[in-house]
Amino acid sequence: MTEKIVVVGGGMVAHRFTEALRDRDRDGRFSVTLLAEEPRAPYDRVALTSYFTGRHPEDLALGDPELWNDALVTLHRDSAVTSIDRESKLVTTKHGDTHAYDHLVVATGSYAWTPPLPGADLPGVYVYRTIDDVADLRGWVEQRTVDVGRPVRGVVIGGGLLGLEAAGAMQGLGATCTVVQFADRLMNLQVDAGGGEALKRLIEQLGVNVRVDTVTTALKPDDRGRVGRVTYGDGGEQLVDVVVIATGVRPRDELARDAGLEMGERGGVLVNDWCQTSDPSVWAIGEVANIQGACIGLVAPGYTMAEIAVDRLLGGDATFPGADTSTKLKLLGVDVASFGDALGTTEGALELVYADPVQGVYKKLVLTDDARTLLGGVLVGDASAYSSLRPMVGGDLGADPSAWLLPEGATSRPQVDLPDSATVCSCNNVSAGTVRGAVTEHDCTDLSAVKACTKAGTSCGSCLPLVKKLFTTEMEKAGIEVNKALCEHIAVSRAELFNAVMVAELTTFTAVMERFGTGRGCDICKPTIGSILASLYNKHVLAEDRAALQDTNDRVMANMQKDGTYSVVPRIPGGEVTPEKLIVIGEVAKEFGLYTKITGGQRIDLFGARLDQLPLIWQRLVDAGMESGHAYGKSLRTVKSCVGSDWCRFGVQDSVGLAIALELRYRGLRSPHKIKLGVSGCARECAEARGKDVGVIATENGWNVYVGGNGGFEPRHAQLLVEDVEDDEVFTVIDRYLMYYVRTADRLQRTAPWQEEHEGGLDAIREIVVNDSLGICADLDAHMARHIDTYEDEWKAVLSDPARLRQFSSFINAPDQPDPTLAYVEQRGQRRPASADEKTTGAVLIAPATLEVRS
Amino acid sequence: MSSPSPTLAKVVACRLDDLTPELGVAALFGDTQVAIFRLADDSVYAVQNLCPFSGASVLSRGITGSRGDVPTIASPIYKQVFSLVDGTCLATMDKEPLAPLSADLVTYPVTIDNGEVIIDLTGGT
Ligand code: SRM
Ligand SMILES: Cc1cc2nc3c(=O)[nH]c(=O)nc-3n(C[C@H](O)[C@H](O)[C@H](O)COP(=O)(O)OP(=O)(O)OC[C@H]3O[C@@H](n4cnc5c(N)ncnc54)[C@H](O)[C@@H]3O)c2cc1C
Ligand code: SF4
Ligand code: FES
Repeated sequence: MTEKIVVVGGGMVAHRFTEALRDRDRDGRFSVTLLAEEPRAPYDRVALTSYFTGRHPEDLALGDPELWNDALVTLHRDSAVTSIDRESKLVTTKHGDTHAYDHLVVATGSYAWTPPLPGADLPGVYVYRTIDDVADLRGWVEQRTVDVGRPVRGVVIGGGLLGLEAAGAMQGLGATCTVVQFADRLMNLQVDAGGGEALKRLIEQLGVNVRVDTVTTALKPDDRGRVGRVTYGDGGEQLVDVVVIATGVRPRDELARDAGLEMGERGGVLVNDWCQTSDPSVWAIGEVANIQGACIGLVAPGYTMAEIAVDRLLGGDATFPGADTSTKLKLLGVDVASFGDALGTTEGALELVYADPVQGVYKKLVLTDDARTLLGGVLVGDASAYSSLRPMVGGDLGADPSAWLLPEGATSRPQVDLPDSATVCSCNNVSAGTVRGAVTEHDCTDLSAVKACTKAGTSCGSCLPLVKKLFTTEMEKAGIEVNKALCEHIAVSRAELFNAVMVAELTTFTAVMERFGTGRGCDICKPTIGSILASLYNKHVLAEDRAALQDTNDRVMANMQKDGTYSVVPRIPGGEVTPEKLIVIGEVAKEFGLYTKITGGQRIDLFGARLDQLPLIWQRLVDAGMESGHAYGKSLRTVKSCVGSDWCRFGVQDSVGLAIALELRYRGLRSPHKIKLGVSGCARECAEARGKDVGVIATENGWNVYVGGNGGFEPRHAQLLVEDVEDDEVFTVIDRYLMYYVRTADRLQRTAPWQEEHEGGLDAIREIVVNDSLGICADLDAHMARHIDTYEDEWKAVLSDPARLRQFSSFINAPDQPDPTLAYVEQRGQRRPASADEKTTGAVLIAPATLEVRS
Repeated sequence: MSSPSPTLAKVVACRLDDLTPELGVAALFGDTQVAIFRLADDSVYAVQNLCPFSGASVLSRGITGSRGDVPTIASPIYKQVFSLVDGTCLATMDKEPLAPLSADLVTYPVTIDNGEVIIDLTGGT
C-alpha cells in the first residue's frame, strides 16, 4: 500500500519536497498530492521580478515539468485548503472536496504583510508576492501610462530587498519611483550604517528617490477613487499613480492555527529540528515553519527543510543545521550582498572596512578576534567576492584578509582551498565536495553536466562562478584539460576556428588543416570546417575539395534513412504551396514509389529514394520551379507560418508574407546547427513561433521578435529581443542575431543553449546586435548581405554539372544496378523498409525499388 | 554493364582516375558489396560496404579521416569509426553490432595495376 502524503501549498518549497521525494522514494512507498492555492504549478518566486523584463509565467517554471506527469504525483491548482481535520486525517479545499492523508505537509509560505495604513486597499496599491500580483501591477502601470500621457509616478513603501527589487521593476516599466523606508537605512536587516549610506547613493544614481527615516501615514484617493497621494509623518506628501507595499512577510499559519497545531511565539507553525509539528503526522516546511525559533524568509533554508522532511519520511535522521541567511540583491547595476554575521554581533568580533565613496563601494568583513576566521560581511557596490567569501564563513581567510576587500585585480586574492564541507550552492545545499565529486567520481566533463549531476547553480545562479571555478580546478587537477578542442585534429573550439579561418582568409579544407590542424581530419572536424567555409564564402557544398568534408546528407543533398536510401524535401517557403506544385510532388512520389508524409515543418517529405534516383527526382522538381529544402543541412530549415491576416479573422499582420520573405532570405545559410523560424499573425500564436530559434509574432503596431526558442530534447520558449518593430527592422535584427550566432556558437549548439551560455545572456546579445556595443553590426550586415546575394539552389547547380552528377551512382562498376539488399513491405497503401525478420522470411515483400525511370 | 563473377579472386573495380580523393565509392561483385576509398596520398583501401551496426550497405558514403596515424572511415548512419587498414571498429558509439555481424569490417587487399584498381575478394579478412 502506498502511503498518502498531502501537501498544502504549491510554492517553491512544496515543489522541492515533491521533487526530492520522487527522487529518493525509489520504491514508490508514497504518493503525493499537492493542493495549491495559486492557479499554476509551482514557479520560481525568487525570479519573480524577471517577469517584468519580457518573461512569461511559464519561464518561471521550476525543475522538470515531467514531475507533474509522475504517476505518484497529483497537483491540484486553484485548490486552496480551507480546513484540516487532524482527527480523521482529512483536508477540505475551497471547492468542498476532501483529501485523506497519512502524512500532511504544510508549506503555505508567507503572505505580504501590509501595515495598518489607511488607503492600503485603494485601486493602484499592490503587494509583491505572486505572479498575479506582478501581472496586475504591470497591467496597471501600462494602462496608467497610456491614460496620463506621462511617466507614471510610483512609490514603494519598504526599503528592504523586496522593496528595492520592486523599485527596479517599476523603473523598468517606465515609472518614476520613490522608495520610502521607515528605518534609518536601506536594507537595514542586511547591511550596516556604512553599507546603507553607500547603497543609498547607488540607488539614487539609478534615478530612484530614497526617503529614509520616514513614516508613511496614509494613502489618499484621487477624484476617481484611485490611489492619488501618499502622506508622511513629517507632514510631507507626494502625488502618486501607483504604490507597492513591500513591508515584509508574515507566515501563512492561519490554517494550521485553526487546526490546533502549536504556534511559535511570533507566529509560524512550531516544528522540531526535523520539521515535525506538535502532531507527529503533520510536518511544516518553508517560510511557514517556525524552526529553531524563527520563520526564515529565504528559499534555501526552505529547501533544506523539504529535504529533511523527505529524509525523515523515508526513515532517515537528518536535522536542520541552522540557516544560512546570506543574501544578494538582484537589482541590475546595484551590487549588494551580505552574509554570515553581517552586523558583527558575535562577541569580540573585529570589523575590517574598505570604502571608496567615489566609486560607491563599501565592503566590510567581520572576523573573529584573532582576525583570521571569517564570520560574515557586507559588500556594497562591488560584490564580486561574494560567491568566494560566502562559503568561507567559519573558515580561515589566510594571513591577510584585507586582500579580499580590495578591488578585484588590485592584489591577487589569497589562494585558499575551500574545505569539502563548505556549502557552495546554498539554494540547493550543495557542498564543494559534491561539486568536486561530480568531476572525480561521476566523470562530468562540462559545467552543464555538473549542474545536472549536483543541482548546484540551478536556482538563483549566484553560485555559478564558484561552481565553475571548482569544476575547472578539479578538471585541471585530474589532468583533464577543460577541453574545447573540436576533436583530435583541431585543438580549438568551433568559434575560435571560425574566427581564425575568417581572419586568415582560408578557403579550402587543406589550407585550414595545414594552418590549424593535424592529421587527416575526421567525421567531426571535416563537416565543421565544411560548414565554416560555407558560412563564410557561401559556395556550393560540393565545390572544390568540399564534397569529401560533408556528411552524406550534405554531400548528396538529401536525408539518409535507416536502410541507406534518402528522403527528399522540396522547400515550401512559409508553408504556402500552389496546387500545381502539390500535383508535381504527388506525381514524383507516385512514379518513384516514394513514401509520402507531411512533416512537422509544414512541408512534404518523400522517403525511399536511392542515391542514383536523386538527380532524376530533382530534375522533375527543379523543372517545376522547386528547390532544395535543406532538410539535411545544418542551415535554415523552415519558417513556419500561420495563415495570418489575409484569411484569418483575428490576424493583425501578414504572417505568411513575412515567413516567405524570411525563408527566402536565410535559405541555405550554413550554421553551427539547424535554424528554424516561425511567424504568427497574432498573439494566439498558431505558428508556435516561440518554440523556434527565431519567432516573430504580429502585434497591432508591427512585430515582436523572440529568439532562442527550442523544441526537441530541452524545450525552451524564445525570449523577447525587440518589440513592435517594422518589417525592415525585423530583417536587420534577425540578420545580425543569426550571423552573430553563426560566428560564435559551438559545433552543434542550438541558439537556446548558445544564448544561455553567452556571457551576459540575451541582454548582452541585444546590446551587440541592436545597440552595436561591439561595433560589429556593419560587419554582420555585410556578411548577411553577401549570403543573400550569392545564394543559389544547390540542386539546380548539381543538375547542370556532369562531374558532380557522377557522385550519384549506386555502384562504380554497375551504375544502373540498385542496391540488392533493399527490401520493402506494404503498409497503409505505401511502402516501408522491411525488418530483418521480414527479410529473412521473405514475407510480404514488394518490388525492390520501383519502375525504372528514364535511365 | 554486368557485374563480374564473384568466383574470381581478383577483380577490377574501376580505374584509379575514376576515384575522387577522400570520397568513397561502392562496387558490386555478385552479391558482394565493397566500399573503396582513394585517400589524398593516392593509397587505396577496400572494406565491406555493409555497416554492421545498421545493416545498411552504406560505408562507401561515410567520411574518411584518421585516428592517430590510422586512416579511418566513419559510418554515415550511427557514426561508428573503423580502421581502413585492418577493419577494426575503433569507436562503437556505445552500440552493439546487429547479430550475427561482427563489429569489425572485412578488408580486401587492393593493388593498382596499369591504372586499374584491383580487389582481391578471396583475400578478405
Ligand atoms: C489553420 C491554423 C493556422 C495555420 O495556418 O496553420 C490555425 C487556425 C486557427 N487557430 Fe490555431 N491554428 C492552427 C494551428 C495551431 C497550433 C499548432 C498546432 O497545433 O500544431 C497551435 C499551437 C498549439 C496549441 O494548440 O496550443 C494553435 C493554437 C491556437 C490557439 C491558442 C490555444 C491556447 O490554448 O492557447 C487559438 C486560440 C483559441 O483557442 O481560441 C487558436 C485558434 C485558431 C482559430 C480557431 C482562431 C479563429 O477562431 O479563427 C483559427 C481557425 C481558423 C479557421 O478558419 O479554421 N489556435 N493553433 C492551424 C491549423 C492546424 C490544423 O491542423 O488544423
Ligand atoms: C519578489 C521576491 C524576491 C525574492 N527573492 C529571494 C531571493 O533572492 N533569495 C531568497 O532566498 N528568497 C527570495 N524570496 C523569498 C522566496 O521566494 C521564498 O522564501 C520562497 O518562495 C518560500 O517558499 P515557500 O514554499 O515556503 O512559500 P511560497 O513560495 O510562498 O509558497 C507557498 C504557496 O502556498 C500557497 N498557499 C498558502 N496557503 C494555502 C492554502 N491554504 N491552501 C493551498 N495553498 C496555499 C500560496 O498561494 C503559495 O503559492 C523572494 C520573494 C519574492 C516575493
Ligand atoms: S495566429 Fe492564429 S488566430 Fe492569429 S492569424 Fe494566425 S491563425 Fe489566425
Ligand atoms: S546558490 Fe542559488 S543556485 Fe546555487
